[in-house]
Amino acid sequence: MLYDIFIDPFVQMGAQPDFLIQVLWEGFVSGILYALIALGFVLIFKASGVFNFAQGIMVVFAGLTLVGLHEQGVPAFLALILTIGVMGVLAYGIERVVMRPLVNQPDIILLMATIGLTYFLIGFGEFVFGGEPKRMITEELWLPTGSTAIEFGERGLVLLQHIDIAAAVIAVLMVSGLALFFNKTRIGRALRAVADDHQAALSVGISLNQIWAIVWFAAGIVALATGIMWGARSDVSFALEIVAFKALPVLILGGFTSVPGAIIGGLIIGFGEKLGEIYWGPLVGGGIESWLAYIIALIFLLFRPQGLFGERIIERV
Amino acid sequence: MSAHAATTSGPTGSSPILSVNNIEVIYDHVILVLKGVSLTVPEGGIVALLGANGAGKTTTLKAISNLLGAERGDVTKGNIQFKGEHVQDLSPNDLVRRGCIQVMEGRHCFGHLSIEENLLTGAYTRRDGSGAIKADLEMIYEYFPRLKERRHSQAGYTSGGEQQMCAVGRAMMSRPRMILLDEPSMGLAPQLVEEIFEIVKQLNEQQGVSFLLAEQNTNIALRYATYGYIVESGRIVLDGDARSLRENEDVKEFYLGVGGEGRRSFRDVKHYKRRKRWLA
Repeated sequence: MLYDIFIDPFVQMGAQPDFLIQVLWEGFVSGILYALIALGFVLIFKASGVFNFAQGIMVVFAGLTLVGLHEQGVPAFLALILTIGVMGVLAYGIERVVMRPLVNQPDIILLMATIGLTYFLIGFGEFVFGGEPKRMITEELWLPTGSTAIEFGERGLVLLQHIDIAAAVIAVLMVSGLALFFNKTRIGRALRAVADDHQAALSVGISLNQIWAIVWFAAGIVALATGIMWGARSDVSFALEIVAFKALPVLILGGFTSVPGAIIGGLIIGFGEKLGEIYWGPLVGGGIESWLAYIIALIFLLFRPQGLFGERIIERV
Repeated sequence: MSAHAATTSGPTGSSPILSVNNIEVIYDHVILVLKGVSLTVPEGGIVALLGANGAGKTTTLKAISNLLGAERGDVTKGNIQFKGEHVQDLSPNDLVRRGCIQVMEGRHCFGHLSIEENLLTGAYTRRDGSGAIKADLEMIYEYFPRLKERRHSQAGYTSGGEQQMCAVGRAMMSRPRMILLDEPSMGLAPQLVEEIFEIVKQLNEQQGVSFLLAEQNTNIALRYATYGYIVESGRIVLDGDARSLRENEDVKEFYLGVGGEGRRSFRDVKHYKRRKRWLA
């Protein structure tokens, strides 16, 4: 038994290094996608302290809008721009209709409001685009679709999907862009100020309404990128929303307020899931991929509740 | 009535930059906190708002800067004029743009931002370009050399005095005409308090910024201010030149903790109580 747990999986890994690399690559890619979803959560949580339950459905909604517009005959890139516009309108609407009237309410009420928003977006999305899954317009957006097989050693072969490579590149660009935005611009600084102290931010003349609309918009753009990447691997459908809950363990691992934390957390969950499923899964009959992430998160909660990179709570005595 | 009495007196000199006329503030639609407060701040003056804990000093300042809304407070009566314009319906950021900014009690620096970033957030509302902002940053560092030393430290890890300086510096970065300074002495060592008031005085004289400062530390406030108002349970009960307030027997007795001859005299206490009742 102990042999099965501690030795055998590593023997297997050593025996087939190409397969191990393939597993790691798969883990890396799903990690990136988890990280993108978590990023959307982090943006909103940082600036408004709201846990946005609707982030998952925003991914679906953005993907559906893009595909739906293209189905209506709008050229792919114009559809992309229009979808960004739609996410902007959505952000402004949410700020106006949901956030503004609920300002200063307890966190739980804001969470409930985002749950309400989730169901509204599900209903509205089905009403406009219908319920059946749609194919992502991958080629039309000039995203690569092929795959490369890399020979590995004597007999090994690792298969890399181009779309996965593109997803990784886009995620890296997006995160660096956000980091620059947060640290170097006036609005970014204001966003961090609001995250620290709402009252003080108000007192120096930062408009909370404006900042909230901006973060929801940023989260909308992240959702759109996630929707495209995820849609390209499977289809765009409402089932994607469930996957978004994987972001929760990612957030617990990485910390709710840390952008790099969301990335690292996503990767850890991605790698952990795939490795666990392939090498340790058979011990318990497989299927551990769906819950392993939550167990990892639970262990983290016990020992490091602020997450790996969560901002230290600065408290002067 | 009391409010009327207060407006007819008030500081003399140049035209008022701020005038608060008989405002009433209610929290949560039920709790009456200010019961008709009136005061004026002359252009370029330092006016002190004095009183004990819970007297209504902070509420008065927040009513002016419009931060009350975020705490479910409402100005239900009276009006507030800043540079001759009615401002009670403006948002806090409109007011900052017009040159009136509050430094909140307890400093409220952005803990995870560096001191320099804190100062830069103060310039959020400005549209006059990064050159001017940079120049102002240097000016702030001249007034507060300590902030320059700690410019790259996270504000949350700096000392209380440095945070207070950071809060005042941050407000100055918005190029205000008037700063509402709430309890700058809170939790600071006496010589630090002195240092901060000294800088306030310099900013007032050299940059022409008017100050309305709420203080519990009556002694130091009356040394730096030109005029003072005393608030008690939501009303102005006394006002006058700083000098006359310092010499006023009641103020000595109740706020400065020193009395002249006969400070134990029953008559003085009665006089004060009588006056309070009358004003109420």
